[in-house]
Amino acid sequence: MAAAVVLDHVSKRYRLYHERNDSLKSSFLNFRRGRYEEHWAVRDLSLEIETGSTFGIIGENGSGKSTLLKCMARILTPDAGTIQITGKVSALLELGAGFSPELTGRDNVYLNGAILGLPRSVLDKKLDEIVAFSGLESFIDIPVKNYSSGMFVRLGFAVAINVDPDVLLVDEVLAVGDEEFQRRCEQKFADLRASGRTIVIVSHAMGTMRNICDQLAWLNQGRLRDVGEPGNVVDEYVEEVHAAAGPPPDPEGGARWGSGEISIDAVELVDNAGGVRETTRTGDSVRLRLHYTAHKRVERPVFGVGVHRLDGIHITGPNTKQADLRLDAIDGSGHVDLVLDRLLLLPGTYDLSAAAYDWTLQHAYDHRHRFQRFDVERGEPTEEHGLVSLGGRWDTSRIGTSQKEKGSGPPPEVQNESAI
Amino acid sequence: MTTLSELASSRELLSNLMARELKGKYKRSTLGWMWSLLNPLATMAIFTVVFRLFLRINPPVGDPSGLTNFALFLLCGLLPWNLLSAGMVEGAGALVNNAAVIKKVWFPRETIVLANVAALNVTFLIELAVLSVALLTVGNMVLPWLPVVLVLVLLLSLFVLGLALALSVLNVYFRDVQYLLGIVMQLWFYATPIIYPVSLVQSADFGRWERLVLTVYNLNPMVHFVGAFRDCFYNLRFPPASAWAVMVGVTAVSLAIGAFTFRKFTPRLAEEL
Repeated sequence: MAAAVVLDHVSKRYRLYHERNDSLKSSFLNFRRGRYEEHWAVRDLSLEIETGSTFGIIGENGSGKSTLLKCMARILTPDAGTIQITGKVSALLELGAGFSPELTGRDNVYLNGAILGLPRSVLDKKLDEIVAFSGLESFIDIPVKNYSSGMFVRLGFAVAINVDPDVLLVDEVLAVGDEEFQRRCEQKFADLRASGRTIVIVSHAMGTMRNICDQLAWLNQGRLRDVGEPGNVVDEYVEEVHAAAGPPPDPEGGARWGSGEISIDAVELVDNAGGVRETTRTGDSVRLRLHYTAHKRVERPVFGVGVHRLDGIHITGPNTKQADLRLDAIDGSGHVDLVLDRLLLLPGTYDLSAAAYDWTLQHAYDHRHRFQRFDVERGEPTEEHGLVSLGGRWDTSRIGTSQKEKGSGPPPEVQNESAI
Repeated sequence: MTTLSELASSRELLSNLMARELKGKYKRSTLGWMWSLLNPLATMAIFTVVFRLFLRINPPVGDPSGLTNFALFLLCGLLPWNLLSAGMVEGAGALVNNAAVIKKVWFPRETIVLANVAALNVTFLIELAVLSVALLTVGNMVLPWLPVVLVLVLLLSLFVLGLALALSVLNVYFRDVQYLLGIVMQLWFYATPIIYPVSLVQSADFGRWERLVLTVYNLNPMVHFVGAFRDCFYNLRFPPASAWAVMVGVTAVSLAIGAFTFRKFTPRLAEEL
């Protein structure tokens, strides 16, 4: 397969001005334009992107993804190396970037289309399609300054996507408009892919990237870290990024409170063999081991743990009281385990909280909020969407296989079977 | 880097950008396009009152037309000057004002500057048409000279385009350019025989510096452009060969400098804006 995009040792350097002073005076006085440091946003990067493939680029913020995309779009010029692109390029970097507020939607379609390189004859033919796609039929003849931001973006997207590029460059702009519009966008992308167009996409949405990309490149500090099958690259990326993130901060007072009769010392992830783990896989059998020290005799304590997603969503929070466990009294150190026969968290990184309370659950002895972090990697079940698996399995035994049966047979049935 | 073929294929873009300039101009004003005529007429009225009535500057007698009219004499110089002045000011702002789109979409950057100058030309041609009608009503038969005027318009526009190209990128790197421009344009205005006849400078007494002053004065390309426009419109005679030589020469130099500067600075345009 021929390559649609060939990057050959591409480097791009930015100037970071200490004191940006673009005046003639300062340049005469200093004999140069301000002091600056050089920052290599992209460094010696070589890549080949096959024609007709969907190619994803991932990496942390500042890893050079967007710079690379802008170089491909010719907005930025590389300082070294060459970029060869076969065919017409269209970039979805910012929607409606060329819109002129005083002009009507229709005029702007022509203007923006021309900026994107479409001749007027083609635009005449495509105008209806573009307007229909944007869903702005009744607003197309009013100035775009009267548009809502959503309408603005929808029209911008409609123009850009209808350019019919050979190579489409996309930077995190998939999530525009309402659900209906998003569905149309997805359909359009699917059409473009099916018709053999090359799509280069930069995104942080790992799930999407895993699903839609044929190849994935991982950029780290401007260099190519890895390129290959999307599932593997995403897994590696997630693993490393989360490992690098380290444990979450545990500021005294803020994330920890309680009267201190009992202190929570640590929470460990323990596998079946009794070894302490940093990461685990979906479907693994693990124990959450909660180490405590009771500094004096405490009667009827309650232990609990909480699991949170990194954005703070509280996924689950079991405690011993709600499990109908009455612990008479504790004194000294020990541990309690929450036994998980089958961990049903989906791949990702999670924060753990742990706490010891009195029987009323009103008084905290020690509450440590989101003080430990652990990773879940891909395992069994292999689901990807949402937070947790319900542990279900599909029953497809009664799907009809011939035309005749398909019409008359009962609809396929999905059975959920709880594993717990 | 933009190639010529790409520039050719961006004709569509050029006409669209030009349409934007023209449609956007005077939008939401009641008089609309009338303003592009009212502006030079107002300037003409003010200058006529100040320089003709108060300062008693006598308009030269058109040779061979025999016309004597300060207002028309003034307009023949003012209109070409306005093209230069507006072209440079708008040229300086062309890239800076379109930063948003330059940062997000690639297209030949020259087209923005080109569209600005082209849009100004539309106004300029309308103004010249009105001037021609005015001259005809006072008996100046300008019609045979209009083809020559069109050549002059083309030369002046290319001269302005070269300057605008250079200014547009320089202003991205040094924002002082647009402020400096205000002063330069004032100086340049008075160094050009617009409100006064060139004979006023020639007959003035500069003592032993006379040769030097006149040489420097004649280095101003606008002296020759304004002179040529006046020859066609006011005097009804063919501009002298020396003026043509200067105009063609400075236009070539201006375009060369403009193209070179633009090429040199465009690669890092998106990040400097």
